[in-house]
Amino acid sequence: MKPRALILHANGINRDLDVAQALELAGALPEIDHLNLLRQRGTSWDAYQMLVVPGGFSYADALGGGRLFAIDLMAYFSDQVLRFIESGKPVIGICNGFQMLVKAGILPGREGVHATLTFNSSGHFECRWVYLQPRSQKCLWTRGLMEMIYCPVAHGEGNFLFDQPTGADLLAENDEIALLYAREDGLLAEGVYPHNPNGSMRDIAGVCNPQGNVLGLMPHPENHIFSFQHPRWTRHQSGYLGLQLFQNGVNYACQN
Amino acid sequence: MPSTKSGHPEIFRFTVSPRQPKDPRSLGYLADAHALGITSLTRLVCNDLYFIEGSLQAYQAEKLASSLLSNNITQAVTWQRVGEEATGKPPGGQSRDEKVVVEVALRPGVTDPVAEEIVRSARVMGIAQVQRASTGLRFELYGAMTARDVDLLTHRLLANSVIHRSEVGEIQPIFPVDAKASTKIEWFPIRDMSDEALIDLSRSRRAALDLAEMQAIQAYFCKVGRDMTDVELECLAQTWSEHCVHKTFKAIISISNYENLPIQLQAAYPGGTVDNIMKSFLKSATDTICAPWVRSAFVDNAGIIEYDGFNEISFKVETHNHPSAIEPFGGANTGVGGVIRDVLGVSAKPIAATDVLCFGPQTVSIDDLPEGVLHPRRVQAGVVAGVQDYGNKIGIPTVSGAILYDEGYTANPLVYCGCVGIAPKDAHPRTPQAGDHVIVIGGKTGRDGLRGATFSSMTMDAQTGEVAGASVQIGDPITEKGLVEVVLRARDANLYHAITDCGAGGLSSAVGEMAGVIGAEVDLQHVRLKYSGLAPWEIWLSEAQERMVLAVPQSNLTNLANICKTFDVDLTDIGTFQPTGRLVVRYGDQILLNLENDFLHHGIPQRRLQAIIPREQGRSQPVTMSSSLDPAQALLRLLGHPNIASKEAVIRIYDHEVQGGTLLKPLVGVAGDAPGDAVVLKPVGTRGQVALALSAGINAEYGKVDTYRMAASVIDEAVRNAVAVGANPDRIAILDNFCWGDPLRAEVLGDLLEAARGCYDTSLLHRVPFISGKDSFNNEYLGKDGARHSIPPTLLISAIGLLDDISQAVSMDLKTPGAVLYLVGSFKPDWGGSHFHLVSGSSGGGVPVVDTINPQIYRRLFQAIQNGWVNACHDLSEGGLAVAAAEMCIGGRLGLDLRLEANQGLLGLFGETNGCLLVEVPENLTKVFENIFEGLPIARLGIVISEPCLRIESGNLLINLPMEDLLVAWKGNSRVSISSNLQGEKG
Repeated sequence: MKPRALILHANGINRDLDVAQALELAGALPEIDHLNLLRQRGTSWDAYQMLVVPGGFSYADALGGGRLFAIDLMAYFSDQVLRFIESGKPVIGICNGFQMLVKAGILPGREGVHATLTFNSSGHFECRWVYLQPRSQKCLWTRGLMEMIYCPVAHGEGNFLFDQPTGADLLAENDEIALLYAREDGLLAEGVYPHNPNGSMRDIAGVCNPQGNVLGLMPHPENHIFSFQHPRWTRHQSGYLGLQLFQNGVNYACQN
Repeated sequence: MPSTKSGHPEIFRFTVSPRQPKDPRSLGYLADAHALGITSLTRLVCNDLYFIEGSLQAYQAEKLASSLLSNNITQAVTWQRVGEEATGKPPGGQSRDEKVVVEVALRPGVTDPVAEEIVRSARVMGIAQVQRASTGLRFELYGAMTARDVDLLTHRLLANSVIHRSEVGEIQPIFPVDAKASTKIEWFPIRDMSDEALIDLSRSRRAALDLAEMQAIQAYFCKVGRDMTDVELECLAQTWSEHCVHKTFKAIISISNYENLPIQLQAAYPGGTVDNIMKSFLKSATDTICAPWVRSAFVDNAGIIEYDGFNEISFKVETHNHPSAIEPFGGANTGVGGVIRDVLGVSAKPIAATDVLCFGPQTVSIDDLPEGVLHPRRVQAGVVAGVQDYGNKIGIPTVSGAILYDEGYTANPLVYCGCVGIAPKDAHPRTPQAGDHVIVIGGKTGRDGLRGATFSSMTMDAQTGEVAGASVQIGDPITEKGLVEVVLRARDANLYHAITDCGAGGLSSAVGEMAGVIGAEVDLQHVRLKYSGLAPWEIWLSEAQERMVLAVPQSNLTNLANICKTFDVDLTDIGTFQPTGRLVVRYGDQILLNLENDFLHHGIPQRRLQAIIPREQGRSQPVTMSSSLDPAQALLRLLGHPNIASKEAVIRIYDHEVQGGTLLKPLVGVAGDAPGDAVVLKPVGTRGQVALALSAGINAEYGKVDTYRMAASVIDEAVRNAVAVGANPDRIAILDNFCWGDPLRAEVLGDLLEAARGCYDTSLLHRVPFISGKDSFNNEYLGKDGARHSIPPTLLISAIGLLDDISQAVSMDLKTPGAVLYLVGSFKPDWGGSHFHLVSGSSGGGVPVVDTINPQIYRRLFQAIQNGWVNACHDLSEGGLAVAAAEMCIGGRLGLDLRLEANQGLLGLFGETNGCLLVEVPENLTKVFENIFEGLPIARLGIVISEPCLRIESGNLLINLPMEDLLVAWKGNSRVSISSNLQGEKG
């Protein structure tokens, strides 16, 4: 049976349809619901097997990307969200969704690690394609991925940083760094722009929670699900689809 | 700890400062200050300011400070009751340097979405005492600055007095004063007015109506036998404004120098008059071509073409020049928002945004700027940030555009904003029924953009900023996103009978247009206001953004209200459509406006205007070449010219990937940095292989020399660009956007006639119909010196073409060493208006003509592309053949070894021509490729080489440049100012 994926919509979320398409292609049944509707209905989220927080500019990014979304979510749905996470079902936050999960304190979620997403070190919004190296074997979304992911970033606040450098070490030791910015040849970006497009510490593009079921990432794998989306398809280049990530998540949801 | 006082509202001040010493936003402002020449500033720290009104306990203020207003890893926060000492420590301790503090806040009434979110979120957090909020910035400036430096910095960079207040030192918060709602209307005894009094009335109300128009209004009120209200005057001024009714394009124009024109020109203007430019030259071309796939041209809010049998595609391009001149961020921001609503106004889902921008030179000295004019750097930074902010936040990919620089745009920048939409065929209802409710959805109404329609119809002067300023528009893309969500669902559920957007002219224009046939009665008392105190005419005319008007039958109101509730979109029922043929506006019991539709929409007298056709047009001027310019140096200078150089720095701050349908991107090639001829989109959810291409043609240099050939050239260019990526030449439609000076000047109007005639001829030649158009006049600036600063006649042609099969799309980057490079098309390079002149200081020549064989060339090329014979294709435009070849090399990081016909020299390299493209063809397909062009001009220029180097011979070796040199020249100066971007991010 196809797993049902709940895609959260809030005012200003705008990649909801993009990620719905990716999930559908990966074999899930996506359902986009606005927070207002979910509040109105008041029904449990137990019927869903996946939870997705898409990209966009929730509440115009006022007071920092994802912050107000996080305040709303935790004010109205903290029980539902925490239960969903504890159940071990796949949860993913992309771009604004990642910012929200970080601002809500769900990611990185490891005790003693304080991290945030802030303005790109370049000082401006950036839309460009990047290579991602899947790293974490703990994270159910990246586990077993053999090849890189190539997909666009489109954000102004994607610089992932910790209050202490030890935060990064702790995540690395616990295999919770899910995705890293890399170069086309597969080597790490090592902070070099534009391979690392935002100045993130240790080239971190995505992290997962200690349980490994919640992934947050800045880039948009949902925008590379067809070969015609590859920026050099007219040069007969293809591969490194972002679809792999969603297939991984959907497969996990199917098996559990 | 501050104590709580009671009785009167308390205001808290929060200051949020960056912990990092290398704060990108602060560094951006510093770099901009240096670029403006203020080098005495050595360090700048930019902090956020928030003012919150409400009786807060200290722990609540602390909670707001740490959990809502700041990010404790990257920012430090202090707060205090206004008038008391701050709590908390500023980061890094006090600096011992000399410091000047400048604080900037939005003027009361200016849209401030962040402030609204603060109030909402504080309540979600359980802090219900928060009443109101406002935002600002605090700048700490270090260095040995003079008072003048601080003043310059404040007014040229940190604040724009149109929307900001600024103070040296601490600024005090101000909120909009609660004024009493005013129901007062003014009556004008128009029936008894002399001609002089009529003109005075028009001027004092900034109505921009001329004597003939005022007399027509007078005659109407004599007929109905009563005085006129202020609401009626304002409504007529708006409905009859140039912006809304296009009176210049519809005028009877007589050519005063007709007798002296050459015979061919006389033949082009039978009788020496033109009755209605729009009909004679634009609509008539579309009618003659009569393409069955054009579904709507010049009728709806956007032009509409057939797409794939199931869907139709709409496209509209607007300008927002004058608002962008006085407040670049807000002007461009609302320009984008406005054109998106145009597409929503044909019930379509917006799928792409385009923007073409014209600015003054970025390097101009502050001292050379006319009074009241913002620096072009600031204009560019603000406009780009405004486009970015709206497009990115609403989630529509900004995919294509251009940026041009010319001194003529210093005081009057041009901001063309376009939007493409998709809708199922026949899903757009157009006819309000009697009894339908007049429903307004979206944002609240304030004094925003009052008289925008008439403002854009007048020449700007140094006072314009001040007068228009109090009412400038700022956009709110998130609210508009809500409108998109609501309208598409309402459309799919068949909930409305008609829809239009509130643009220039506000409700007056939207309701007036919708009720134009049937009639309507509305009550302004129901309109939701941002703040009280608006006069009835202000409510009726307000250009508050993010509103749409729908005609909704009673039975569907509940359904619509439920959808609106889900997306937090306000819905207001302000009246009903009635079969009266009249527009009636009330405020409660009081009737403010009562006009017959027939008079309101058809009572305007046709304007009679005089034109002088410039006789030297089309005539080639003697060429004066500057001494001995080395071809290689000339090429590098051309590649570095701001019009030609890489726009990557701007393109990358626009999200061009959202919605996942951008399949040929604005930047292409090996390194994703080469300029594509056109973008190709395949909207999400469409089936089959059909895709659409978007391209543009614009050339201010040609416009200065010869407007007929300019118009012909930019149409040819737009078509050529679309064909270059694989669009079917028989499925291309175009849009015209004229930006011109004052049409009351006969020479200006003569230039316009010639351009319109060029449009007609070239549209027919290529059989590309116009589906939509807009004109913007009075793009001039009256300086205090009394001199007129006018823009070059500028026509933007936007093309939208269909590809039969996405897999046939072609990009411009060179692909394979050993492949052959052809020049196809009628190669007739000329110097007039060329970019070579701009970089070399030479002059003369004629503007290139459009050869009648061009349509054949494009159709044969399309065949070759369909057959899969084309590796890469790039058109020749600014800078000529050499620039096109260099760009193809950059795209593929490969070289070219080319031979031009001997004796062509500089003209062959850099002369500009229409109708030509460079085409890379695999070696084994050259024969079939040449065959397909049999009987047409085609030249085999050379081959693609793996050595990354551009070599061109013509008799002797003229150019031999390595890739690094090309790249340095082309990408060198592409830094964008960033401080305004972050302002945008914040807003």
